[in-house]
Amino acid sequence: MYQYRRFNNKNSFFQKFGNLDYILLSCLLILGLISLATMYSTDGGEILFHTRSHFIKFVVFFLMMIVISFINIKFWFSLGYLSYAIILGMLIWTINFGITASGSKRWIDLYFLNLQPSELMKIFIILCLAKYFHRMKSQHVNSFYSICFSLIIIFVPMSLVIIQPDLGTSLLIAVSGIVVLWFAGLNHKYFFYSCLLSIISLPIIISFLKPYQKLRVLTFLNPDRDPLGAGYQIIQSKIAVGSGGITGKGFLKGTQSYLEFLPEKHTDFIFTLFSEEFGFIGSIVLLLIYAIIIYRVIRIGALSRSYFAKLFCYSFGTSIFIYIVINMSMVLGLVPIVGSPLPIMSYGGSSMLATMIGFGIVMSAKTHSQQSIA
Amino acid sequence: MINISDSATKLNSLNRRMFILATAKIIILGGIVSRLFFLQVKENKKYLTLSDKNRIREWKLPPIRGEFQDYFGNTIAGNFEAYQLHIIPEEVEDFRYVIYRIKGLLELSEKQFKKIIKKKNEIKPWETLIVADNLSWEKFSKINNHLYDLNGVKPVISISRDYPYKENFTHVLGYVSQANENDLLSNENIKERFVPGLKVGKTGLEKSFEKKLIGSNSVERYEVNAYGRRISQLAFQKGDKGETIKLTIDTKIQELTNELLKEKSGSICVMDIYTGAIIAMHSSPSFNPNSFVFGISQDEWQLIRNNPMKPLVNKSLSGNYSPGSTIKPLVALSALENEIINPDFTVHCKGHKNPLELYGQTYHCWKKEGHGFVNLREGMKQSCDIYFYEVARRLGVDRLSVTAKKFGLGKKVFGDIFDNEKEGLVPNTEWKKNALGRNWVLGETIITGIGQGFIQTTPIQLCLMTAQIANGGYKIYPKIVANDDNQHADKFTPLYKKSRNIKIVQDAMFSSTNEVRGTSYRSRLDNPKYQFAGKTGTSQVKKITERDRELDLKTFEIPYEERDHALYVAFGPYKNPRYALSIIIEHGGSGGTVAAPLAKELFKTIIDRHEIRKNYDNKKYLDI
Repeated sequence: MYQYRRFNNKNSFFQKFGNLDYILLSCLLILGLISLATMYSTDGGEILFHTRSHFIKFVVFFLMMIVISFINIKFWFSLGYLSYAIILGMLIWTINFGITASGSKRWIDLYFLNLQPSELMKIFIILCLAKYFHRMKSQHVNSFYSICFSLIIIFVPMSLVIIQPDLGTSLLIAVSGIVVLWFAGLNHKYFFYSCLLSIISLPIIISFLKPYQKLRVLTFLNPDRDPLGAGYQIIQSKIAVGSGGITGKGFLKGTQSYLEFLPEKHTDFIFTLFSEEFGFIGSIVLLLIYAIIIYRVIRIGALSRSYFAKLFCYSFGTSIFIYIVINMSMVLGLVPIVGSPLPIMSYGGSSMLATMIGFGIVMSAKTHSQQSIA
Repeated sequence: MINISDSATKLNSLNRRMFILATAKIIILGGIVSRLFFLQVKENKKYLTLSDKNRIREWKLPPIRGEFQDYFGNTIAGNFEAYQLHIIPEEVEDFRYVIYRIKGLLELSEKQFKKIIKKKNEIKPWETLIVADNLSWEKFSKINNHLYDLNGVKPVISISRDYPYKENFTHVLGYVSQANENDLLSNENIKERFVPGLKVGKTGLEKSFEKKLIGSNSVERYEVNAYGRRISQLAFQKGDKGETIKLTIDTKIQELTNELLKEKSGSICVMDIYTGAIIAMHSSPSFNPNSFVFGISQDEWQLIRNNPMKPLVNKSLSGNYSPGSTIKPLVALSALENEIINPDFTVHCKGHKNPLELYGQTYHCWKKEGHGFVNLREGMKQSCDIYFYEVARRLGVDRLSVTAKKFGLGKKVFGDIFDNEKEGLVPNTEWKKNALGRNWVLGETIITGIGQGFIQTTPIQLCLMTAQIANGGYKIYPKIVANDDNQHADKFTPLYKKSRNIKIVQDAMFSSTNEVRGTSYRSRLDNPKYQFAGKTGTSQVKKITERDRELDLKTFEIPYEERDHALYVAFGPYKNPRYALSIIIEHGGSGGTVAAPLAKELFKTIIDRHEIRKNYDNKKYLDI
């Protein structure tokens, strides 16, 4: 047994190749193709900027993911704190020197790419916390010190993102962090009490929101109060999805997007467009692909030997699930509009990069599933 | 170093929590799926409709208005092709260049040019800017010749209203002009079909028959994007042209009436005494309704509005006049019917030196020297006022008013067809008590007998009255629309008690025109084919004072506003009557000298045209 393991630890390039999760890979590839087709549709049936750029990003980051999967999981473990610190530095850099677009400073100009560090933080906070809890004894998890420390890890990037301002992403960062805390074994009662606390303090939080954010909440509660203003996005999105019907309007025939009724159709509302053109059946298929991906990620976690890999895979899979659910609930009018992209489908380099790094680490956990981390 | 058992605890806890979350995930996924099902399957219809509402927009085009034809099928209000120039600003590369080029080609004034620029700034860049709405052919072809240089300029031929007979039919037809807010509020049909630039009837039959004339819009259905820009045409639904309305009017006679009333203020009405068909109805002065189609200029409008002869008033229908002596046939008939007098009843008219005196008031005959002993026929023939004072005194105003109302005075002749028609006024004792709160005095009866005082009639009422006397005393309903098949139950019911009385009145009117000393003797036509019978009237606009009587001024010596109205009612041919007419010349002087000669001209034409009209009825002539 031990021998076998040792043998595996030094597995060759070809063995690693054989160890890749091909179901996950093909699902990601299919998803990439779907997203390209959808992007093509948002460009009005022509290969324009968005399609081309999305294609390049997908190809580059997909290859990068495969490269990452050959790197030993130990390397990612050792990088946990450092990468977190680097991205924290980037966030601070963003605040001072970031690119401003539509009223918020979110991007760093890297010449070949406008990087959005907050998107990367969604993944690397998982890595950091997974490393933090990997070494911890179970009785220490619920200690005051560790809770404080992990909360600081979550709150620092969160607050840096909030002041950009980007409420949506900062909430998603928090969600990613909290998911890790949950898996690490933090006592249920803390979740219960903080839930209770946040519900009670909800009105106070709302009073601190910026006017446009308040408007979003009010609009969510009653979209018809201002159908041409704040409620426009959600109403048009619901019309688009609803008019898709069972089989959809057909590829490139989504009138809502083609005639520009749909806002943000490349990014947050990409699912609306997809759902309009491919209908209920298409949406179910897309959900199924996502479900398979998440299932595979969690399965990889379950098969991994190290606690770190398990914690990362479970947390990453769950976070992806939450991003998907939040995005879909938003476009279907179930939750207020928060800026949250649909992983892989939405246009956006940083989100794609972060997601692909995440999948790369998961894949690395697969190829190195027998690797134990001291 | 992590000890083994602790690591196992941690893994246990991790897997347990994963299991809990996996369950939660499945539930949440189920929620998303059910939401999708709800939106896409259950509520699909609703959202599909909303999506179509988003993307499909309809553009209504102005409907094509129905035409008016005269009795012989000639178009008297039609449509013509107006040459227009449209520009869609966003399709023009260099708008400034093009607009200056057009300015040069069309020789636009600075003011017109500024108006166009202002209009351009008010519309969206993809909306149509109408640069010119009615170009002459020369200018239109000039633009067409320079089209290579005018990218994005569209010469358009659009349909617009045209009145080929200009001022001849203005008061009958009215005119059309751009619909305003009042039109929209008052007429559902206009509101439904409204498009910018829609022209609707403002007065006359154009207004009354709006519902029939307006037609229905053609509809263009376009797919539009979120900003309202048209992407593609989905459908074109052709509208129907409005109904063509045929009138009973004979254009030739109508034109003659216009000719006869030229430079005068007044009205002529001609009516078929059996069918009630209006052959001609004109009010003078008139104006050219074509001026209103594209909006009248301020100067032209002021000229029409401030004209003292009031061209905007349709005098035939809304002019209330004292009927003067033209009421006398009715007074005589009423007295005969009520057996107050017989035709031999005689009164002595002694002239101005011995006027009729009643309670201190004096009542003069128009003739200074007096008429001597006159009976009914002589009284009518010479229009002796003293005779009719006496008849009226014996008859009483109440009995007179019954007869007058029977013959169509005091109520609208056309019902609701013309919204500007006046009712006139037939007074009686009860009316005065109610309206003025005072008792009727005998003096008022006396002057009512010669058509002065409270009594007010419109020219069309006088025409109807004459027609009903002429046709032997039978009720008729005047009509102006040819195929108006309104069946009135009491049509042709006798209005008399003894038909002999009608004959007596007709004969008296005959004598007035065709016998020596008759008031309109000079206007007679001797040929029995054309011979007509009539009654003159001179209605005072102001009370004649003793001083006026002494001065005895000629008409032209009196200020225009104080001159008498000249009236004449007649029917012909006498042997076999067919047509009745009424003429009124405002401030024209005496009826015998001013109004009656027009009847002479008219009857010649009317009776000649009768043959053509009869033959047209039999479809022997299809055109004139």
